[in-house]
Amino acid sequence: MIHATLEFLRTYAGPLIAAVVIVAVLPLIAGYVVLLERKVMAHFQVRLGPMRVGPHGLLQPIADALKLLIKEDIIPENADVWIFWIAPVTSVTAAMLAMGALAFGPAFQVAKDINIGLLFVVGVSSLGIFGIVLGGWASNSHYSLLGALRSAAQLVSYETAAGMALVSGLLFAGTLQITDIVKAQASEHLWFVCFAPVSFFIYLVASIAETNRAPFDMPEAESELVAGYMTEFSGFRWALYFLAEYANMVVVASVATTLFLGGWLRPFSGLGGPAGTALDLFPVLILLALAGYCGYRAPKQPVRVQQLVMFGVAGLCALFALVLAAPLFVGALAGAKAGIHGAFWFFLKVSAYIYLFMWLRFTLPRYRFDQLMRLGWHFLIPLSIVNVMLLGLAIVLSSQYGVNRALAIGVMNLITLLFALYLVSVEKGREDRKAAQTADQVTDSYAG
Amino acid sequence: MLDKALFYIFGGVAVLSAALMVTRRNAVHSAVFLITSLLATAGIYLTLRAEFLFIVQIILYVGGIMVLFVFVIMLVNLDVALQQIQFSRQKWVALIVALALGAQVGLMFWSTGHVKRSNLLLPAAAPADKLPPNSETVAQSLFSAYLLPFEIASLLLLVAMIGAVVMAKKKV
Repeated sequence: MIHATLEFLRTYAGPLIAAVVIVAVLPLIAGYVVLLERKVMAHFQVRLGPMRVGPHGLLQPIADALKLLIKEDIIPENADVWIFWIAPVTSVTAAMLAMGALAFGPAFQVAKDINIGLLFVVGVSSLGIFGIVLGGWASNSHYSLLGALRSAAQLVSYETAAGMALVSGLLFAGTLQITDIVKAQASEHLWFVCFAPVSFFIYLVASIAETNRAPFDMPEAESELVAGYMTEFSGFRWALYFLAEYANMVVVASVATTLFLGGWLRPFSGLGGPAGTALDLFPVLILLALAGYCGYRAPKQPVRVQQLVMFGVAGLCALFALVLAAPLFVGALAGAKAGIHGAFWFFLKVSAYIYLFMWLRFTLPRYRFDQLMRLGWHFLIPLSIVNVMLLGLAIVLSSQYGVNRALAIGVMNLITLLFALYLVSVEKGREDRKAAQTADQVTDSYAG
Repeated sequence: MLDKALFYIFGGVAVLSAALMVTRRNAVHSAVFLITSLLATAGIYLTLRAEFLFIVQIILYVGGIMVLFVFVIMLVNLDVALQQIQFSRQKWVALIVALALGAQVGLMFWSTGHVKRSNLLLPAAAPADKLPPNSETVAQSLFSAYLLPFEIASLLLLVAMIGAVVMAKKKV
């Protein structure tokens, strides 16, 4: 028995430790993404955002987490206590489980080389919907129930489009295994977003809808539903929902990065020579510049503690720069270059994708629910299906009939775009007809 | 050793939650136990090294069909459902059907008497290193040997889908 346990530990110790690290570090990352979002929102609206805790509000997430931990935990009367308990946990579990199969660089992956890689991530992360739906139902509140229903309808509608978009990316990869998808892009010297730009766009829209973020945040629309499915949740349970939402953002951003944006590959990964070296040096230089800026600003902080923390941030940036520079200049560490630099590029791309999410959130007004459904069913789903068929045709034409590959793919993408325009015009015509119909009737905006 | 333990864990969870699914009065609780049961079944597929089947079970049954189930259950007024009689009390018919089913399974076990008991309880999992990649194998057999059944099945689904759309639409 002891022998078996030892054998088990010897085989699975690495993955287990990595899993514990994910569970431990993810809340911290999610907390800082929340802070970043508040800061970005503040700057979009010409405000300062959180400034009180730590220099420039850098310790705000930790203060928030402490506050949420010691808040009173309220369970509404007549709530279904048992389901009220498990609902937030389900959401978080699904998001974290999905993260286990992702590769954050060639060296950082918990579940290595599983054959169904991308399907696993997509399938398991879609289970998080149960947390939302059951939580909304269990709260015994109309706002919550409506939020949950909207969420379920929205997810079911957009999952098809997202899946089809992923399929058209996978056509070029020819495999579901996550590391192999990135390797396929490395051997093409091009990211798949160049082959399937329309699919990337569809996935972008659908992933925003699936993570319930603005402009598709109907399940928690404040102006209509208070806070949607999490109206009745407070304290740590509420924090778990937030954690799940931000973890899901990281998951969809990682999926998009892996499949469309070249995973951990450097931009122009095929490029060697002086230009390649310059690109290799880019991460080091940008971190050194950050460190220098922080060091320059530190003495100007008004409070002693703030100065110290600012110096700490500068030191951290310098340390990261050193870690990134080491494999470039020390011959003995050259083997670690792929792992360290890969992780840097991966996190850079994921951050850029998440920043795009925030940008869209603060720029676009919220959709109405029927508009949301129309966009999903009338536009994205037909477009994604046509896109898959045309890209498949392009691949068959180039591999079987000797048509120039780039030409075939380019032409098919153009046809897809034309089809998108056609769909838009059909939708426009439908709206015009409806407007003509309702114009005849006398409208009373205060009725019903 | 680990395989066996995992099999019994998943199997136990599947059977237990299936039983709970039938006996709960509250439809949402039943749905939650059905989800648990489906997930445990997926776990059994995984111990058999059938990872493609595992993920299809999760995506289709748990992530697709059960979401719709829960969606519909929420639209139904549960308070009314709770007052109604839960089981249609056709004891004798149920007993006969259960006995017939049990007899069938027993006959199968009995007729293959030369199969060892250990093999009967737990089909041996194929070694992971000797198995070809799962999703590729499924795709190959689906699009070569079973192409016609696959096409017929998809045609049937298409017909069902169009039929549902036509019936649901008010004016065509």
